[in-house]
Amino acid sequence: MARALPALGFDGVSDVRVGRLIELEVSDPARLPEMCERLLANPLIEDYEVLVERDGGG
Amino acid sequence: MKFGVISFPGSCDDVDARKACERVGEAVALWHADHDLAGVDVVVIPGGFSYGDYLRAGAIARFAPIMTEVIEFARQGGYVMGICNGFQVCCEAGLLPGALLTNVARRFVCRQVTLELVNAETPFTRGLDPEELLSIPVKHTTGRYYAPPELLARLHAGGQVVLRYAPGENPNGSLDDIAGVINEQGNVFGLMPHPEHAVDMLTGSADGLGLFRSLAGALV
Repeated sequence: MARALPALGFDGVSDVRVGRLIELEVSDPARLPEMCERLLANPLIEDYEVLVERDGGG
Repeated sequence: MKFGVISFPGSCDDVDARKACERVGEAVALWHADHDLAGVDVVVIPGGFSYGDYLRAGAIARFAPIMTEVIEFARQGGYVMGICNGFQVCCEAGLLPGALLTNVARRFVCRQVTLELVNAETPFTRGLDPEELLSIPVKHTTGRYYAPPELLARLHAGGQVVLRYAPGENPNGSLDDIAGVINEQGNVFGLMPHPEHAVDMLTGSADGLGLFRSLAGALV
């Protein structure tokens, strides 16, 4: 991607990072970090960040 | 000497693994949704794409019903061999240290590789000549072995690095050319190459058979 974008004329791309977005509807957001630790992320090789949007705002 | 080869939805090398085991002992199929290891002496977790590997390779399989039994079996000293996807499952399950990342070239790689035996004193490698190189195929997209620096140093110091890609043969960017590691207790072994695909000269190499034979010898 870092090579393909400049080839298409999009200059100025100095870094590319591809991540994963997981959207969940949950009753108890307090448990999200635990879900990340146990299943959704492998803490050895992945970082995660939890963003909570209330009342179906997403 | 009885081998059990687990089939998950998406496993694709379970039949080859069973046939390889049958060359040195008895082999039975184990089903992912069962809680029964059928009294086997060795559990083989084969290659493939368990549950589609959608989240991370091995991440869902690690919570399959049968894995409760496998983890307990390993804790009690039972032999477990994880091949390719099975290696990923073992890492996710905490049975083996480290993790497998996407190949450095971010592409699927399928080719014969030459391997060096680093530790010939494990139950999985005891029957092999430490001087001899092994020719065994790899085929994976997520095979780049990773362990944080401290852990990596500990693995080297403790003889836990069992197989290494020979110089210039590293197909995936694995740290220190690591192709296979064993746990601290010495009863769980994981490797990215596929020894079950190298058990007959008909397919170019029978070097993989030695690993199964060692294990059979370890249990006699």
